[in-house]
Amino acid sequence: MPNEAYGSQKIPALNPVGFPPKITPKPMAPRLDSLDGKTLYLVDPRFDDSGLFLRQVQGWFADHMPSVTTKLVEMSSVYTKDDPKTWEMIKANGDGAIIGVGH
Amino acid sequence: MALHTHVFKNVVTSVTQMHGMPQARYAFVPQPVMGKTAEQLRAYVDGKDPLSGRPVMQEVIEGLTRPAEGDRVGEIEFQRSTPRLADADTEDNLHRLFLENNWTDKLPIVLPTEERVAEMLAHTSHKPEEVAGHLRSNQFRQPWKFTVEKVAVNAVMAGARPEYFPVILALASSGVSARGSTTSSMAAMVVVNGPIRQEIGMNAGTGAMAPYNHANATIGRAYGLLSQNLQGGSLPGDSYMGSQGNNYAYNSMTFAENEEASPWEPFHVQHGFKATDSAVSIFTGCRSTAFTLGVREKYWREHVRNMLRGMDAHSAPTFVLDPIAARQFIDRGRFDTKEKLIQWVYENALMPAGEYWDYQLIQNYVYPRATFGEEPYASKLRAAPDELIPMFKRDEIHAVVVGGETNGYWRIIGCNYQKTVSVDAWR
Repeated sequence: MPNEAYGSQKIPALNPVGFPPKITPKPMAPRLDSLDGKTLYLVDPRFDDSGLFLRQVQGWFADHMPSVTTKLVEMSSVYTKDDPKTWEMIKANGDGAIIGVGH
Repeated sequence: MALHTHVFKNVVTSVTQMHGMPQARYAFVPQPVMGKTAEQLRAYVDGKDPLSGRPVMQEVIEGLTRPAEGDRVGEIEFQRSTPRLADADTEDNLHRLFLENNWTDKLPIVLPTEERVAEMLAHTSHKPEEVAGHLRSNQFRQPWKFTVEKVAVNAVMAGARPEYFPVILALASSGVSARGSTTSSMAAMVVVNGPIRQEIGMNAGTGAMAPYNHANATIGRAYGLLSQNLQGGSLPGDSYMGSQGNNYAYNSMTFAENEEASPWEPFHVQHGFKATDSAVSIFTGCRSTAFTLGVREKYWREHVRNMLRGMDAHSAPTFVLDPIAARQFIDRGRFDTKEKLIQWVYENALMPAGEYWDYQLIQNYVYPRATFGEEPYASKLRAAPDELIPMFKRDEIHAVVVGGETNGYWRIIGCNYQKTVSVDAWR
């Protein structure tokens, strides 16, 4: 390699950063008017005691919003794998979902 | 609606944006959730989001019910191109720019000038504009793309000599990042096999894993730099969450296998290459290290079992053996192939099932798979709590030989073998 010997001379250097991926915007699911009488799925990604945490969320709804039905479900495998079966089941049977606690 | 722990705010923001969902709804609770009692977790739920200061459950309810009309779907703007050049400046200012842009590993770099990059590019038959691969810091992020020239830029920065470039290109093309964002503070380990070792003067002998060989040092450093820059960054709190960090990451534990002194088949031959091929193998994890001297006649089995029990059960063992230690394993255990040693390790790395399943990483990554019937985990799950079960899968256990025979020291590195990549394909 040549020695660094440019002094105060302005030199070009190449940018070391890669090329970012294309971003495709995704719309959110429609929001609910209210949670009264609705069924919410609490989705446990099975990471770092997340199920224990969601049970407390479930307890909060029971105490404060008893008209909301909550169903605690575990993802079908580790959180690193997508779980289309669970998402389809929630779409078919639920009104909304809370997933947590995630990193 | 998603709930996260608060230290992941920047990660959540950038990942949702990169997936085209900047309008995603989320709230935060304090870190950690792991290990807290039900009462403590209920206090999180009843309490406030530590970032917004608003009640957690109010944010949850609003996240589910607040209309989406105000969201900016379809208006996302993202810098789609990366310029080929940084703005021309003085040498000192460019060094400052690279440092402040987090393009370095915080050690001084060689500035990637046109001349130096061209010299690097002359050592591969591949064109500068050819796409060399894709990298990302974890599987939840979209991979970034890069060209051969971009790899050369990072190789120059690391101080690598142009003749090392095919090894560096092979590493870049692997798709395996040396800068994973995991909270577990991963590093990579790189093992080079075949004729390229001698061609570029790599060290497989005395001090091979230490800072005494230019090729070992700079190839490993280049792998780290290219990983962070070509995947779009590795920034603590944003795209790097390793809680403690990992010093092995400075040069990705890069060394050549000592094929000449090894009593066994070279690592790349075990993985489908010919001995005359040049190849590079990548392992990730590299958090835990156990070591000892020699393989003692009377209690060697117990000593090795003790070392294995000290490893986290989720990081499989790779035996990194000085040639003296490798030959001692043959003397003691009649392991005249690596496979026989690996089989013994598999059969002797045992743990009571109750202890095994209670490891947090086993709970996070293995238990869910077991409960859905995936073998061999499902069978392990049927074991009684005090029944001894294998800690590792057999095909996750590996052995490589490195060292100069100044003594029979050896180590077990907890790491996961990822793949072996042809170097010759990048000449």
